[in-house]
Amino acid sequence: MIHTRMKGAGLLLALLLPLSVSAGEYNLTVDRVTIDTGDFKKEGIGYNGGSPGPVLRFEEGEDVTINVTNRLDSPTSIHWHGLILPFQMDGVPGISFEGIAPGETFTYQFPTTQAGTYWYHSHSGFQEPDGAYGAIIIEPKEREPFRYDREYVVQLTDKHPHSGERVMRNLKMMPDYYNREQQTVGEFLSDASENGLMNSLRDRLAWGGMRMMKADVEDVQGFAGLINGKGPEQNWTGLFEPGERIRLRIINSSAMTFFDVRIPGLEMTVVQADGNNVQPVPVDELRIGVAETYDVLVRPTDDKAYTIFAESMGRSGYARATLAAKQGMEASVPELRAPARLTMADMGGMPGMDMDHGDMSMDDANADSAGESEGAMNHDDMATSDMDHSQMAGMGDDGSPHKTAGDRFYAKGSGLTPNAANGGRFLSYADLRAQKPLYEDREPTREIELRLTGNMERYTWSINGVKYEDADPIRLQYGERVRFKFVNETMMTHPMHLHGMWSILDVGEGKWNPVKHTVNVQPGTTVYMETEVDAPGQWAFHCHLSYHAAAGMFRKVFVEGAPSSQADAETGLGGDA
Amino acid sequence: MNRLSLTSLATLTGLFLSPATVTAQSMIEDTTPRKQALTTWGVQFEEFEYRYSDADEELVVWNGDLFYGTDELKARWLTTGEYAINEQAYETLENQFVAQTPISRFFDARAGIRIDTPEGQDRTYAVLGIAGLAPQWFEIDGSLYISDEGDASAEVDAEYELLLTNYWILSATLDGTIAFSDDREIGVGTGLVSTETGLRASYDLIDRTISPYVGVVHERQYGNTADLTEAGGGDPENWFAVIGMRMVF
Repeated sequence: MIHTRMKGAGLLLALLLPLSVSAGEYNLTVDRVTIDTGDFKKEGIGYNGGSPGPVLRFEEGEDVTINVTNRLDSPTSIHWHGLILPFQMDGVPGISFEGIAPGETFTYQFPTTQAGTYWYHSHSGFQEPDGAYGAIIIEPKEREPFRYDREYVVQLTDKHPHSGERVMRNLKMMPDYYNREQQTVGEFLSDASENGLMNSLRDRLAWGGMRMMKADVEDVQGFAGLINGKGPEQNWTGLFEPGERIRLRIINSSAMTFFDVRIPGLEMTVVQADGNNVQPVPVDELRIGVAETYDVLVRPTDDKAYTIFAESMGRSGYARATLAAKQGMEASVPELRAPARLTMADMGGMPGMDMDHGDMSMDDANADSAGESEGAMNHDDMATSDMDHSQMAGMGDDGSPHKTAGDRFYAKGSGLTPNAANGGRFLSYADLRAQKPLYEDREPTREIELRLTGNMERYTWSINGVKYEDADPIRLQYGERVRFKFVNETMMTHPMHLHGMWSILDVGEGKWNPVKHTVNVQPGTTVYMETEVDAPGQWAFHCHLSYHAAAGMFRKVFVEGAPSSQADAETGLGGDA
Repeated sequence: MNRLSLTSLATLTGLFLSPATVTAQSMIEDTTPRKQALTTWGVQFEEFEYRYSDADEELVVWNGDLFYGTDELKARWLTTGEYAINEQAYETLENQFVAQTPISRFFDARAGIRIDTPEGQDRTYAVLGIAGLAPQWFEIDGSLYISDEGDASAEVDAEYELLLTNYWILSATLDGTIAFSDDREIGVGTGLVSTETGLRASYDLIDRTISPYVGVVHERQYGNTADLTEAGGGDPENWFAVIGMRMVF
């Protein structure tokens, strides 16, 4: 029903604006496929016979028609991650539409109103971890503020030998089922020789008393890191001519894994984050959260090969690919660094813990920022609420705004704070500035606090202590600008993804705050983002770690109160007004 | 384009004529599995082993746990038994069927029945227990039993796993039983009945699914229970060498 209407109304627009609108029709089949990582072969799900699916390339302003045929024996769906579109086209079963039954074809139709790098994936069951994902490139109408000679998609994933369903079941039965980086007797002995026996014992007892593991960084280990579907041994290779500028569209399509990405020997200039251009940031390494995208420019000048090395945040695995001047060239593959260990700072957000390294109270924030801000009442200044000012000052002393030390989006002293392998610059959220503000900067109309909660021992994940199954929708009023306050009360990082509307990440830069679709919230920290509520309908809002979302860290958002003319216009291409 | 255009006109007509369609302002109900409580299951055999005693007794012993359910409510089947190979008889054979629900962040409560059908007298018990994770990573199981004969008893299990490496695990277990009254028919005397202490070194061979182990187990009876055993010609204390396999499905 809906999709036929979509076609109709989409065409209506085409008729009204015949000169400026292009239209393309695309076909995707959802298939059972075999995924070969080079390490193991695994039955999975893909598109048009492969996983990852084809790269979909649209033009900004194009009216896109995508026929998705379900050749599985279970229902499916495709969500166009990061795309702004009528909610009926967003592809979340039970929220946007009914899903696509086996054997059926659903026609998605929507106008593309944006440009950049995005991706698509199934939003049904564990089909996405099982292989149902692909990349989307939308060519901009206007010239981009940077130039490149060649481009490649670098799509990361963490392919696991177990099916998604089995991983979920194992985690529920034994939350440390996949954790092979736990602290051992050997580690205790080496800690003891380094820090003293009593200190090490006290440390172990402190963590044991909380029944928390310092090693609880990656729930699901044992995966093969893939780049564009290729395992480390299969070594996906992109060719270049020395001297060319290459645009890498890095997409993290992992179920659970954050990757630290570097290309030894090459500086990467970050030019886009989550599909939106940012003011260029040269870095040596960056951490890409699950579901995020970063576009970087690199310029290899030598006639040789460079390794794209993506190490998982917990160091349990990696993905590897190559940029080569000639086919067959390879560069050395770095060793994995030591496994990450949480610190007490990462526990700072947990209720009942008496340390609060990560999160200052609002009073502190106001007191701190009042002296240095133009408008003390401006809520943007609250971005400073989890900043560490002494470290900020330290950064200033360096004269380098991009220095990684004391990344304020991590709790002070966090065991997860990233460092560049070469000692150079590591991208921080604090480095991101919108290239061109998407919205006028204005005061938020209200704040909504979302505490990210969970119980690792039971593998339950929730928001404000309530799992999706027990939760009422979050109701937003059309036209408001909502400030979301994420308070991470768990010891894991959660990449929070709001569908349908942009997430303006508060880095304390007002109208230059970067515009994202996925926002990572580190343990023991509070992160703010603002959303212009401009898309009527129902949307999903969840942690993008597949097994956290499935365990309940998920919400439905209901945008109500759109004036009917506006609702027509906004969902208008959907026609159902 | 022509086809689309026709669809378009047809759709537009339909649009204005049919008022009852999904709109942005009405909410559809999420009836997908995501909105339901996640139901899960699992099978674990902490012990599945061959025991050889210092008195040349040979046993096959298991200690298994099967569950099905949600975060809020699980059905659990706990099965444990000792089969004497020479006698071809079950020295113990216990099956518990319990419902389990969380009562705190780290502990669950259990209630149900326990059915003992070893060689000799059978017993049925009402069971009330708790199970969970105590500080410093001790896994604790405690149960209170009341038998169909009216006798009350209690059992406490504790387990601690020491990670020699991430694959070699040394697990220590202590299991103690106390009876609050005599039940001579099954050889139980009031007071501390028995303890079983075990030390097993396992290696995770295939994920955590198959983990072979070797170890030692010490079984001892006390007080009236030991007297009853000795009166029957049995040995109230045994050392065993064990070899077995931990299994998780």
